[in-house]
Amino acid sequence: MNDPSGATSSLPPAARAVVIGAGIVGNSLVHHLAELGWTDLVLLDKGPLPNPGGSTGHASNFIFPVDHSREMTALTADSSRQYEDLGVRIECGGIEVARTEERMEELRRRMSSAASWGVDDVAIVTPAEIKELVPYIDESVIIGGFHTKSVSVVDSLRAGTLMRERAQEAGALTVAANTEVLGIDVEHGRVRRVRTTRGDVETEIVVIACGVWSPRLARMAGASIPLTPAVHQMIDIGPVPRFAGAKSAIEFPIVRDMDTNMYERQDGSGLEVGSYAHRPILHDPDEIPSVEEAALSPTEFPFTQDDFAEQMEHALELMPEIVGDESVGIKYAINGLLSLTPDGMPVLGETPEAGGLWAASAVWVKEGPGVGRALAQWMVEGEPEIELQSSDVARFHDCQKSVAHVKARASEHFNKTYGIVHPGEQWESDRPARLSPFYHQARDLGAVFYETAGWERPHWYESNAGLVEEYGVEGREAEWDSRWWSPVINAEHLAMRDRAAIFDLTAFCVFDVVGPGALDSVQRVAMRQMDVKHGKVVYTPVLAPRGGFRSDLTIMRLSDDHFRVVTGGAHGMADLKWFRDHATDAQVVDLTSSWCTLGLWGPRARDILAGTTSDDVSHEGFPFATFRTIEMGPLRVMASRISYVGDLGWELYVPIEEGARLWETVWEAGEPHGVLPAGIGVYGTTGRLEKCYRAFGFELDSEYDVVEAGMAWGKVKDEDFVGREAHVRHREQEPAALMCTLTVDDHTSSSGVKRYPLGGEPIQTRDGEPLVDARGRRSFVTSAGAGPSVGKHLLMSYLPAEHAREGNELAVLYMGERYPVTVAVAGSTPVFDPGNERVKAAGAVPA
Amino acid sequence: MRVLVCVKRVPLTGGRMVLTEDDQALETRHLGFTISPHEECGVEEAVRLVEQHGGEVTVLALGPPEAEEQIRDTLAIGADRGILVATDGGEWDPQATAAAIVAAVRAEEEFDLIVFGNESADSGNYQVGIRVAHALGRPVVTGLKGLSVEDGVARCEQEVPGGRDVYRVPLPAVVSVLEGINLPRYPSVPAKLRARSKPVETVSPERPGARLEKLRLVVPGGPGKQAEILGEGAGAAPAVVNVMRELGVA
Repeated sequence: MNDPSGATSSLPPAARAVVIGAGIVGNSLVHHLAELGWTDLVLLDKGPLPNPGGSTGHASNFIFPVDHSREMTALTADSSRQYEDLGVRIECGGIEVARTEERMEELRRRMSSAASWGVDDVAIVTPAEIKELVPYIDESVIIGGFHTKSVSVVDSLRAGTLMRERAQEAGALTVAANTEVLGIDVEHGRVRRVRTTRGDVETEIVVIACGVWSPRLARMAGASIPLTPAVHQMIDIGPVPRFAGAKSAIEFPIVRDMDTNMYERQDGSGLEVGSYAHRPILHDPDEIPSVEEAALSPTEFPFTQDDFAEQMEHALELMPEIVGDESVGIKYAINGLLSLTPDGMPVLGETPEAGGLWAASAVWVKEGPGVGRALAQWMVEGEPEIELQSSDVARFHDCQKSVAHVKARASEHFNKTYGIVHPGEQWESDRPARLSPFYHQARDLGAVFYETAGWERPHWYESNAGLVEEYGVEGREAEWDSRWWSPVINAEHLAMRDRAAIFDLTAFCVFDVVGPGALDSVQRVAMRQMDVKHGKVVYTPVLAPRGGFRSDLTIMRLSDDHFRVVTGGAHGMADLKWFRDHATDAQVVDLTSSWCTLGLWGPRARDILAGTTSDDVSHEGFPFATFRTIEMGPLRVMASRISYVGDLGWELYVPIEEGARLWETVWEAGEPHGVLPAGIGVYGTTGRLEKCYRAFGFELDSEYDVVEAGMAWGKVKDEDFVGREAHVRHREQEPAALMCTLTVDDHTSSSGVKRYPLGGEPIQTRDGEPLVDARGRRSFVTSAGAGPSVGKHLLMSYLPAEHAREGNELAVLYMGERYPVTVAVAGSTPVFDPGNERVKAAGAVPA
Repeated sequence: MRVLVCVKRVPLTGGRMVLTEDDQALETRHLGFTISPHEECGVEEAVRLVEQHGGEVTVLALGPPEAEEQIRDTLAIGADRGILVATDGGEWDPQATAAAIVAAVRAEEEFDLIVFGNESADSGNYQVGIRVAHALGRPVVTGLKGLSVEDGVARCEQEVPGGRDVYRVPLPAVVSVLEGINLPRYPSVPAKLRARSKPVETVSPERPGARLEKLRLVVPGGPGKQAEILGEGAGAAPAVVNVMRELGVA
């Protein structure tokens, strides 16, 4: 049992958890599970140790700490610390070089992300400075770079071995190499055992940490891990005369040639050249050869040199001294397999399909140990310290799990690995996937569709272009700021505030909680009191165990034992799993594809609705935060009087097949009142920002609590709910930070161009000092957008308590320049209509 | 001098051999392709001769259109041009292969030296070089571990127990070489890039009827990969040294 190589281990008959895959993730996970006190762990791999033949074994093993994703940066930072503690990390520095001005702008944006996420050893450097650091570069082909001193190279195989051995030494782990999994048995929705070539192991927890093979293993349990094996090409050339006296594996900074999608790094006496520039080469998990059949390892495929020809020319341009040296030969060249997911993020967490089956897949070496620790916390303590919502395996909708979809999206984003990806950038492949019943009407009105959760949603309507002039909306001068944006959005917003607008909100996820235990089940999940009268709709935070946000959503009470949950499409599947996990004696039924939703808001909304129905829609007859079924002609419509845009109005629900008729009905009744269609640009950004409404995934996540979000109004309900204890504690203590809304005071850059931050940028003092709260969190822009009715560009950000005061003058760092900003609101009071008179309007609203 | 090197595209094996369902070929789905180590040395030897004496190295491969990839690999080592004798992809027997090479050679200006690897890495029939020499009426020396050319004469060395046999043959001649005659160079990146634009002509002869019939392939049973743990940490060193001594590498 204590054979460290695991080659001859026999398997125990039962285990607390079985981890499949001894790459960097599996090894890290068993280590952290053991650290957190779990014993009787089993780690399996079908290959030999220490290199079982997965992607870890051929990884280039370097770590660049800065990513535009906060989640990824946090996982990477934790991983770097762990590699350092294990003594397997060499800090060599790294430079991302630019060949184009567009790339320089991207690197300046990277400076912002670095500052937002707290990576401070970064600088924009000139070609001459790069030449100093990397003397073999031809600085004439580049115009600058982004230097990170803490870029490092790690030994991921050694790290894995050390972590695995620590768990073994603690007596917590049995390792079995050369052991193939034949089946994962699921009974009554939960895993029960793993069947292997060395016998069966009874267990209630199975973790799939086997990289490119993960979809196959998941399928054994009827679950889905949407990823595809994809090729990353690399060659190793040498011996390089300049590196002849190298004392360690790497002494010069790694260079990422961003515009050619390549990297070059010293590797002892050689130079490794890797590429993400070639055509996407995707494989099937079932097509990967066995350890025995593989010429090298199963994930090192034969090099397809035609795909690399252009890359060699690019490497030659940048590093002619080495790459152009006729004495330096190509010693090794492979098509290495790695995992790509449909959205480029890892796949982590318990699968929604099989209880106790966890995914730990599509993880690269740079984030492996961090993922191991976070997953262990999630499994043992119920919640990771690092927010993992973007990586949650439960995030996928059914339409995002098909092999065709995964391959289409992986093909699309592979060449963006080093790409310049705009925060608003839309996918092009595998669309349209889901069409709302309003799609054809919207399309005929010139809707510009963005995708969320597979749904095509109008973001704005070209038919409203005339409003831009009518309202005198200004465009944005800088191409980047105006990309994926239109002044029509602001015009639609202003017209909505004057008249009324309809919104296609069909992408909402809708699920019902029904059964004798329905009330207790929703009470357990919802922070707010759910034992309300039938016909009430409640907006409520959903908390994680430590009192941060798990979600925020609305719940309608239809009867004693029937509740309807409405939540955003992007996070809806994770919410569905959360509700199901906490339901007792109740069913949670996904009705997303049964209901469509049309939003109707604006001062004329009541007049419009009244024109379609003889039901009482007066303020007294239909108060705010209530819903009921009304008859609009022949249609029976569930109308819910709430608003996310801060105006009088309703969400109108009908079965999807009646949607087209609902649109027509509202449209016809609205025409005399000047109704217009408006897009998600208003609903998701301008409308909500003016009202300081928070959005999950932006302002709200598990790393901030309800008090900090400024949402701790009312008393804490007596009934227990997830996160209650922590929430009560949060109310009793001073918050470390407070959500604030800031206005940009001056948009003009040093070159005289007006610039508009888009989100993610650091908030600093006017002198450029970072703002760090008592818990060590940096202040950054969680959401940014226009507030057309207040005439300002609005930024939301958590500010340290001492900075969270109205009128406080601060700055935002955007594209390398600081712009002055002022705190307009500390807390949740809206900047527009602070008294909420519009939403709760009894009569006509002054437009 | 004008040197021709004949090479064959073969699967690059390393793991367990798997046959196609009809047992007629290796399953190459997961495999890359290469030329035999003997042929790599043949190309290196030819390039060195031309570097020394001037002239041109031509590389010929008989195989599917994809064999151009292997020709380009040799062009990156320093060969000057390629001839692809394109087949439909099926295996040609040694007689047919030799006949096609002879026809291709006759269509060319005379080569002073034609170099083969001693045998192909896959079928290993040991026939093509000798058949070509015979058909062209040229002297042939096989199994070379040394080769030099001076004054129109090739000095050919074979390793024999206790020493070397040396043959001197007048050019034009045919030789086949063994791995170890030299240490082939790795291609540099500039050489790889140059190889892309070097000329490769294609000829497509008719496939003659096979006279050697392949019934089926069999993968011989063997011990497979075996791992033995010699010890842990520094304590394992003596055992490792012993193994290295047994292998003759220490």
